Amino acid sequence: MSENYAPKSAVGRWFNDRLPLLNLIYGHLLPYPTPKNLNYWWTFGGILTFCLVTQIITGLVLAMHYVADADLAFASVEHIMRDVNYGWLLRYIHANGASLFFMAVYIHMARSLFYGSYKEPRELIWIIGVFIFLLMIATAFMGYVLPWGQMSFWGATVITNLFSAIPLVGESVTNWLWGGYAVGSPLLTRFFTLHYLMPFLIFALVILHVWALHVPGNNNPEGINVVQGSQDTVPFHPHYVVKDMFALVVFLVVFAGFVFFVPNLLGHTDNYIEANPLQTPEHIVPEWYFLPFYAILRSVPDKLGGVILMVSAIAILAFLPWLDTSKVRSAKYRPLYRQFVWLFFANVILLGYLGAQTADGLFLIIGRIATAYYFAHFIIILPLLGYIEKTKPLPKSLSEPVLSPEERQMKAAASGASA
Amino acid sequence: MSEKQVTRRNFLYVTTGAFAAAGAASLAWPFVDQMNPDASVKALASTEIDLRPIIPGQSITVMWRGKPVFIRRRTQAEIDEAKKVNLADLPHPEADSDRAQNPEWLVMVGICTHLGCVPLGQKGDYNGWFCPCHGSHYDTSGRIRKGPAPTNLEIPNYVFLNETTIKIG
Repeated sequence: MSENYAPKSAVGRWFNDRLPLLNLIYGHLLPYPTPKNLNYWWTFGGILTFCLVTQIITGLVLAMHYVADADLAFASVEHIMRDVNYGWLLRYIHANGASLFFMAVYIHMARSLFYGSYKEPRELIWIIGVFIFLLMIATAFMGYVLPWGQMSFWGATVITNLFSAIPLVGESVTNWLWGGYAVGSPLLTRFFTLHYLMPFLIFALVILHVWALHVPGNNNPEGINVVQGSQDTVPFHPHYVVKDMFALVVFLVVFAGFVFFVPNLLGHTDNYIEANPLQTPEHIVPEWYFLPFYAILRSVPDKLGGVILMVSAIAILAFLPWLDTSKVRSAKYRPLYRQFVWLFFANVILLGYLGAQTADGLFLIIGRIATAYYFAHFIIILPLLGYIEKTKPLPKSLSEPVLSPEERQMKAAASGASA
Repeated sequence: MSEKQVTRRNFLYVTTGAFAAAGAASLAWPFVDQMNPDASVKALASTEIDLRPIIPGQSITVMWRGKPVFIRRRTQAEIDEAKKVNLADLPHPEADSDRAQNPEWLVMVGICTHLGCVPLGQKGDYNGWFCPCHGSHYDTSGRIRKGPAPTNLEIPNYVFLNETTIKIG
């Protein structure tokens, strides 16, 4: 596809003969063959790229005004909000951008789960994605620490204390992380450094993610293999460029709604109180996008056990391509999985709700059941389904499911005659 | 008909493009403007100075908008020297009376107009200021006389609030 591309201008040709960068971009963005039936759930890849770039650009300008020092950080954020030209806008885009980034990534992951995009031959795309998700979690957490409000401080305290659960070396590891004997300036400065670094690592992984995607090509709602360049594919441009742009505009409407009308809806008021190492806020919760994992952490009555289970909840995703034993990708053709995957989504949302509640009484009991179910989905249900589920017959091409019975007969007759 | 037919599609294409360009430009502006002086910097844009402790022949340097401002209470000899200069001999002709509201007080931004160093006082061939970076000589009125600087030392906006207080900015 990219070999027969020649730039139109002389300068372009001169450049491209020496460094075929234009070939590379052209091949991956313009004629790249894409299944013709991708629905709007497939637009979140582009939306996520937009989110990453937005976070990098707004983060870059915020870093021009922010001071990573325990005595100055909180005041410098207030300085951004009150004094810096459009500082309020830049910070609200960055803060809400993080939330929308996670919203988009959860939808993106849910799509992959529903349509089996993680299965052979796309396991590595999925695994790179899990690493991107891990880096996103680390980046978002460290970013939340930077304003140095009460939630920042106590969130940092609780999360870094997770490492103290490690047997024998736990205390040394936490002291090493803190650069002291409690959360303070050294931790803030190193978190700022890492928070600045990680988005670029994510960017590099995104390039690998897309590169690995373009080897087998996109999965599709039918979950069947399509032959690149056949009638089942259309060029990426203009078909999916326009579709992605439209979805992005709709996404931006939601984004702008948050930024301009309810910029603090997803935040916590306690974070507008400067960090106080002598007083923990009454009710401490992480940002909404960590709540399901927080609920898993709290459902275990053992310090080390809780940490192991929470880490496992994310790590288990990397093994998903092998835990799911079914050869059929799309939930459309898996009547049982289709129900279980919805149950799984509901369970994650339930865990998120429980993560925001106080961990006692009925909430704790439900939390334990939901945690057990989360793991049962991966360890028991998915491996078994592959053996007991009777899947529906897969279509031979992307057009087949949308043809009328008469058209289908005609096609069958035609292929029969030619055979 | 020689002109090409303008279709609905052309119209939509151009208006969509124009809309996107306007949107992108207005979105880009906050990212540019955030680097301009902010409200906390603008709040410090004027400085008031008490002149009472300064005796004739003495200078002080004050900070105004992050820059040094020289305030010199000139001696009669310096004033006379500044006044008798033939304006035609100056690279950047300015009368001393245009540079000092009150001849006794010379107020100017202490930054060499060449490349921004701070000149040294009462030095140089003209008994005024001398810039050590590239050798610009200024006279007792802060006018450039010799060297690479293109213009005289800048006079900031200032007013005498009363006999002994001035406000710069």
